[in-house]
Amino acid sequence: MARTPVELAGAEPGLSFAITFDGREVPALPGQTVAAALWAAGILAWRTTRDGGRPRGAFCGIGQCYDCLATVNDHPNRRACLVPTRPGDRVTTQEGHGRADLAV
Amino acid sequence: MPTSPSEAFEAFDLAVIGAGPAGLAGAVTANEAGLSVALLDSAAHTGGQYFRHPAPALGATRPQALHHDWPAYAALRARLAASSVKHLPGHHVWTVTREAEDRWTVHALTGTDGEADEPVTVRARAVLLATGAYERQLPFPGWTLPGVVGAGGAQAMLKAGLVLPGKRVVVAGSGPLLLAVASSLAAAGARVPAVVEASGYLGYARRPRALATNPHKLLEAAVHGSALLRHRVPVRTRSVVTQVHGTDRVEAVTVARVDRHWRPVPGTGRRIACDALAVGHGLVPQIELATTLGCATRRTPDGTTALDLDDLQRTSVPGLWAAGEPGGIGGWALARTEGELAGLAIAARLAGRPPHTGGRLPGLRRDRARMRAFAEAMAAAHAPGHGWTRWLTDDTDVCRCEEVTAGRVREAARDLGAHDARTVKLLTRAGMGWCQGRMCGAAVACLATEGVADGTAEGTVPPSAERRPLAVPVALGALGAETSERPAAEPDTERPTAP
Repeated sequence: MARTPVELAGAEPGLSFAITFDGREVPALPGQTVAAALWAAGILAWRTTRDGGRPRGAFCGIGQCYDCLATVNDHPNRRACLVPTRPGDRVTTQEGHGRADLAV
Repeated sequence: MPTSPSEAFEAFDLAVIGAGPAGLAGAVTANEAGLSVALLDSAAHTGGQYFRHPAPALGATRPQALHHDWPAYAALRARLAASSVKHLPGHHVWTVTREAEDRWTVHALTGTDGEADEPVTVRARAVLLATGAYERQLPFPGWTLPGVVGAGGAQAMLKAGLVLPGKRVVVAGSGPLLLAVASSLAAAGARVPAVVEASGYLGYARRPRALATNPHKLLEAAVHGSALLRHRVPVRTRSVVTQVHGTDRVEAVTVARVDRHWRPVPGTGRRIACDALAVGHGLVPQIELATTLGCATRRTPDGTTALDLDDLQRTSVPGLWAAGEPGGIGGWALARTEGELAGLAIAARLAGRPPHTGGRLPGLRRDRARMRAFAEAMAAAHAPGHGWTRWLTDDTDVCRCEEVTAGRVREAARDLGAHDARTVKLLTRAGMGWCQGRMCGAAVACLATEGVADGTAEGTVPPSAERRPLAVPVALGALGAETSERPAAEPDTERPTAP
């Protein structure tokens, strides 16, 4: 009986690479989305809500709910469940609408 | 929005939106019948949600381990590869416009999450909507905590990314998807301390004919059932999660018994330790593109809104067809059958031939009728009971995007006379956020009519089939660029030859 999803699917991915989440290094497999790499590292939240400042992460997993919005390489509001990882990606927790620089 | 038809480039015979089982089948069938076809899908790979699979870079040598029906998908994919269908991945369709019955323009954003600035268009003589479904969610205290994920979401993340949301995952809600999700999660190494189903499975027994004529569905249930037995996953029927515990992530859930109207039975709550909860209450047809065009809809036995289709998969708007979940939730096999039917019907229509010329059509229609009957029985068996609102506390967030609580929605309904989702939205912002009410729509509609129920609803009233001119968020810059939209693709000048 398979112990991990990777074993279950008989996956033989290329070498893993590093991305960062809030400055901390996180491994990612080629072909994984940002959300998948974060889940694999046990990270479930990468956004705080605009009103309550509450933590959120992936919910619907298919790009419909927009709960998984993250700031990727300084671009806010990227759907982490859809965006594929690339080596060296910088993922940061998105605070509120992610546009604090606009001071709106 | 373009106001005058442009002759700048040639149209495809058919644009298919969605590359799941319905769209794939429709596209290849129409192409095999001689049509030029563009197949648009938001994802990078075909398969849709059901046949979602790891990206090639993950090197999965056994993708079928996550799919009982992989050969069916492999067959569709082989037909696509052998076809001249123009597959356009990474195309997020935000609206479809109609200039005449045989003049359509499909507008899309491109990129993995639609982030590319430049909008594109595809012109076609007919459109087939195969946009699938998304999961119905009903809120409960604590459902916004990280670690609470959609049941379909957990399944999607597992199938595509080979990851799990936790090590001990409770699966809850209602519908046949829960058993499939629980057996996948368990096979992939998660502990599943409980499957919590709000309905019972006895509902199916009330429609013996639908069951008897769909033996594969019994087999499917038996496969999931035996997988759950093997992994020692207990299934609790007539039970719901009434509370998620934890401060910044899931630590446990409380599971309580419910009566047949889904009202929690006091004193039956039991705490189950877990680090994730996968939850969903059935699926909702994805029909915004069609309702915006004014397509007629129907109400399904579990309270969703689906497109009203005729026996050739036509919507009420001439030139627009639909197949699969938009016509009512029914699963991948029905979707594939309807896709094939639509492909044949559209090919006949565009050729000016009557569609009733025998061949595969009568068999496909029989298959569809049989599977639709089962789907309706399944929907009835898992229709949410009206008592579900009893587990909400006033501070439970109903709208996840705009953080609108049940208390505020009820206040709008009770004190301000908002008795439909649209008025609640105007007063509270519920449903006004990024997801445009996809996550909270069913719940808001139900809370708005609480106490003034029209008697037709068992547990939920469908969100009003609003005309939503933008099916996905579109940047103002992209709308501004509309006048310079470039064609995503044009048909090859050499027409495919009919077999």
